[in-house]
Amino acid sequence: MTPAPAEGGTRMAGEAPRVAPAGPARASAHARVAPRRRGSARDRATALLFLAPSLLVFATFVFYPLARSIYLSFFANDLLGAPVAFVGFEQYLRIVTDPRFAQVMTTTAWFVVLTVIPSIAIGLGLALLVRPKIAGIGLFRTLLATPFAFSAAAAAVVFDVFYRPGIGLFNGLLSYIGVPPVDWLTSPTAALPSLALAVVWRHAGYTMLVCLAGLESIPDALYEASRIDGASRLAQFRYISLPLLTPTLFFLAVISTIHALQTFGEIKILTHGGPAGTTTTLVYSLYETAFGLGSSDYGLASAQGVLLMLIVLVITVVQFRVLGRRVFYA
Amino acid sequence: MTGSALRRAWRAGYYALLVAVAAVVLFPLYYAVAGSLMTDAALVAFPPALFPTELAWRNYARVMQAFPLARQYVNSMVVSLAIVAGVVVTSVLSAYAFVFIDFPFRRTAFAAFMATMMIPVESLIIPKYLLVADLGWINSFPGLIVPFVATGFGTFLMRQFFLTFPGELREAARLDGCGHWRFAWTILVPLSKHGLGVLAVYSFIAAYNQFFWPLLVTNTPDMQTLQIGLASLDTAEARAPSLIFAGVVVAIAPMLLLFYVFQRNIVRGLTAGAVK
Repeated sequence: MTPAPAEGGTRMAGEAPRVAPAGPARASAHARVAPRRRGSARDRATALLFLAPSLLVFATFVFYPLARSIYLSFFANDLLGAPVAFVGFEQYLRIVTDPRFAQVMTTTAWFVVLTVIPSIAIGLGLALLVRPKIAGIGLFRTLLATPFAFSAAAAAVVFDVFYRPGIGLFNGLLSYIGVPPVDWLTSPTAALPSLALAVVWRHAGYTMLVCLAGLESIPDALYEASRIDGASRLAQFRYISLPLLTPTLFFLAVISTIHALQTFGEIKILTHGGPAGTTTTLVYSLYETAFGLGSSDYGLASAQGVLLMLIVLVITVVQFRVLGRRVFYA
Repeated sequence: MTGSALRRAWRAGYYALLVAVAAVVLFPLYYAVAGSLMTDAALVAFPPALFPTELAWRNYARVMQAFPLARQYVNSMVVSLAIVAGVVVTSVLSAYAFVFIDFPFRRTAFAAFMATMMIPVESLIIPKYLLVADLGWINSFPGLIVPFVATGFGTFLMRQFFLTFPGELREAARLDGCGHWRFAWTILVPLSKHGLGVLAVYSFIAAYNQFFWPLLVTNTPDMQTLQIGLASLDTAEARAPSLIFAGVVVAIAPMLLLFYVFQRNIVRGLTAGAVK
């Protein structure tokens, strides 16, 4: 006996307890357990035993570090990073008032815009391109999704060679069409878009796969009915695909934003946050503050970590609120 | 033109478009492979060559000799496989408890598990680093493995999968005197191969591609993972592009293989939550 895959029942983590998935399986999940309230003592012991390995890892490597991060963010530290004096919200005040951090936050926002919008637009375009079920389309789907198999480091290293000043491949290709060379990673105006391109190339493979799955979940009957009504392809996209895809696109926007906020490998390899800090995002600034050359300002870095967490938390909460209300459940 | 000829022309045009788009998307991969077989002279010529004229297979031997990539390969495999094994065991156990056992604070405990997915790992990197340093785990396998052997995502995925089983399955086993432990491993796990496959492939890719954490907790080439090794190829003095490309091909080959073989599983893992 092979059970049906969880396909029909998968949804966002936070929603799982609230939204009842199709089928009786879920309803019986609660009814199936022993009729006694909250299980027998034996069941409780078993549950604790089964949860223990995960709980131990989470307690040690998530919840304890979380508490210590918040703790450290309220302290000033010595040159080696040891907390020496309670300073209240001073680290946070430093972040808010320092013009350098204003630049970091602006850079982070631009990096999000320059990666999220193109990734989703390209991913959706590619998904629409490989949506028709014509012969050999499976091959093209796989090929177009391939960049996703690259790691951040592998993609960054390849693009770093392409971006080399003077003799790099990209400047070589430009020379074929008579365009003067570009200082891809060393000019303050080009560095952030160049960095974003390397990220988008890899990420668009992912957004394409998700968009395609979203498109395929739209019932064919809708397209057939609209065809009978004489709808054009454009009208079908505008009035069927796009509205039914909004939850998927919204999910992608959220996931891609969080992904952009967490991007580290590409920045470390391609630009080291430069030139002149123009590619220093919040995560990279955190890294430099904590582990940069001659810097062990764990207090300030922890405050940035807490700030990052709050931003991600707000985005996640907004996502649950919006998706909870607006998802199209067929 | 007749209707069918028009349709055929349209179809040929569509395939041409697909090929053109695929060529653009795959160009970086193509050039990494082609470049790994070119001589440095060809690669640094201006404008650079677009395809190899002679196949310089020796680039692979050179990069493996000049850099500890073989050792780092082993490190990456050991770390990734250990993480996969850990994640599978912890996820099956905790998901089982959430689905098949009634216990106090079950909802609260599940919420705590899900909360771990919402905290960006980068936010916790400093105390985690300090903790691992205190444990003496810098430059060691435990430092690279242990923090990742349980994930909220794994529990979530397996729970979703277990919820598709009818409740009668557990009930029948219980009446036959089958305890939780035996039921979980001898009945449920064999029936959940598909879900476990999704989780295993997904966890392997995530572990193999890690960058930030291994960069922090290792500083000797012999303990570094392949991803860090790749970055060092790029910063090494010579920065020979042919060697960098050869290194990249060596590093991504297993990922490409995994991706092509398990694409369906990967997509299912990725879209868990995205699409109804």
